[in-house]
Amino acid sequence: MQKQVLLQGNEACAAGALMAGCRFYAGYPITPATEIMEIMARKMPEAGGVFIQMEDEIASLGAVIGASVAGSKSMTATSGPGFSLMQEHIGFACMAEVPCVIVDVMRGGPSSGLPTQPSQGDIMQARWGTHGDHPIIALAPSSVYEFFELTVQAFNLSERYRTPVILLVDELVAHAREGVILPAQDSLKIEDRLRPTVPPEWYIPYADPGTGVPPMPAFGDGYRYHVTGLYHDVRGYPTVRTDEVEPLIKRLFTKISKDFDRLQWFDAYETEDAKVTVIAYGCVARAALRAVRTARENGLKVGLLKLKVLWPFMRRTVTSILEKSAKVLVPELNVGQVSREVKRVNQTKCEVVTLNKVDGTPIKPAEIRQKLEEIYP
Amino acid sequence: MRETGHLVHEYLRSSKRFPHIWCAGCGIGIFMQALIRVIDQKGYRKDDIVLISGIGCSGRLPVYVDFNTLHTTHGRALTFATGIKLVNPRLKVITVMGDGDAVAIGGNHFIHAARRNIEIASFILNNNVYGMTGGQSSPTTPYGATTASAPYGSLEPGFDICRLAEASGATFVARATVYHTRLLEQLIGRALEKKGFAVLEVISQCTTHAGHFLNLKSPVEMMKWQKDNAIPVEKAREKSDAELEGKIVTGVLVDRERPNYHEQYYRLVSEKATV
Repeated sequence: MQKQVLLQGNEACAAGALMAGCRFYAGYPITPATEIMEIMARKMPEAGGVFIQMEDEIASLGAVIGASVAGSKSMTATSGPGFSLMQEHIGFACMAEVPCVIVDVMRGGPSSGLPTQPSQGDIMQARWGTHGDHPIIALAPSSVYEFFELTVQAFNLSERYRTPVILLVDELVAHAREGVILPAQDSLKIEDRLRPTVPPEWYIPYADPGTGVPPMPAFGDGYRYHVTGLYHDVRGYPTVRTDEVEPLIKRLFTKISKDFDRLQWFDAYETEDAKVTVIAYGCVARAALRAVRTARENGLKVGLLKLKVLWPFMRRTVTSILEKSAKVLVPELNVGQVSREVKRVNQTKCEVVTLNKVDGTPIKPAEIRQKLEEIYP
Repeated sequence: MRETGHLVHEYLRSSKRFPHIWCAGCGIGIFMQALIRVIDQKGYRKDDIVLISGIGCSGRLPVYVDFNTLHTTHGRALTFATGIKLVNPRLKVITVMGDGDAVAIGGNHFIHAARRNIEIASFILNNNVYGMTGGQSSPTTPYGATTASAPYGSLEPGFDICRLAEASGATFVARATVYHTRLLEQLIGRALEKKGFAVLEVISQCTTHAGHFLNLKSPVEMMKWQKDNAIPVEKAREKSDAELEGKIVTGVLVDRERPNYHEQYYRLVSEKATV
């Protein structure tokens, strides 16, 4: 029987990473993500893993990618300014297909912004921050337990698809303390990257085995191969041939898009008969749940769709809500980043209403309830 | 010593499309051959060698050789190398960087890798210029040189890469040229065997872009310049700074002992590990 423990969000993240098999952490101090690094500095030697404090966030993600190429599950954690510096290597990890996990505890931005205040301002940066067309996976927890759970899942997805996975967390969820019961290690489903089974001389590093995700050996395993951020052919060698460039970028996208159905992770509350549905994520989803419950008590038919996956955007799930509701309300701690996506996918007559707050304070349940009453048809 | 033909078949990737991308007369190929010879002489297993590069002409070196090879981002080779070495200390981790790569965009990583004394053999091919992008000033371009990005002459003095490495804490620092191939091979060997952060600056020639501002018109002239201006460190110690102006001091400049990072880290793990 697992005991209930009082954990901070960042502590739950570190616990999830260790249980997912993370054995390499490289990072640089930054508020409000530093606790993850401090815990890893203590825990990694105990777990037989590696912790290193690097000279900046570019170096941190470089070391994380190197560690992953050498066969270790690896991660880093940062906040907005550091996340900006990491964009270069997020692109590298996408292109070279190196599994890794990046936690971005969002603060108010731009620039140094509001280091100790909650924000959800990095949603679009997570999607498009690194240059060029590329797929990305980003998850958004809304509680301490979910931060644990989605950290485990972030590692699983990164290993399954050989891609960087980003955890977008707001400062509230990262610093909140909640009682949680962590599952036993053996009850967790842990995924590991596919390793090649053919002899080294038959191994073609970037040939599509049919799933879109080629097996990945560790450096030193005997499969000597080339890794590059340049467009490459199936052997990993640089190429500018149109018949090699296009298949690569298409495979990078389809290896994830073929599984869109498996990446619809959400919680739905009272959405079946809702005339107005709130679509929210992170700490705002908690305020929204309270607002929805109170409004229901007052006889309003409202519901909540809480998104756990932000990228790839859950078009199918959101569309099913848009088809059912007269209006949706998208409250966010930014000027409208997920609401922009909701509007983009909206092919219905449903009206998309926004509620944005960018003053460094969280959105309160009363603010959402008031807005619900205001727009209720 | 094995014949060149044998080394070609053993170490160059047969599946890689040649020719290589370097200009005729470039010094990088000479370095690559020297590196392969030394690796062969020392008897390292190809499976145990990780060769990592950044971006630029030197960045293209790993793709041609049959090791575990990683072509990273501009200036960041040492960060990837750090991750690899710490996860698997058994591997022989080597980085190849250019001058702009190592000490301009990668300067921060360079000084901190040296400070940590992480066991990486770092080879910096210094040709005093950004070659791949067409001849712009690098941090080792001489003061006053006219380049594509300093059409009126450079207003910046160049870095002394070896002194930077020494001050940052590298435990082995040496300089060679691609002209003096015997010395080059000897120093590559010493760098590979060092149980700490080893830096070998290799003076190389970019005849396409650096030749004109150094007033050297051909690869032959550029290599003769290396021959005429190199001075062994033992002799250089007897000379004044003024006499050494414009000279290339070659040989082992620093060789000292200091605990390296991964040995200290894994000692810590053996004390703390609960698994």
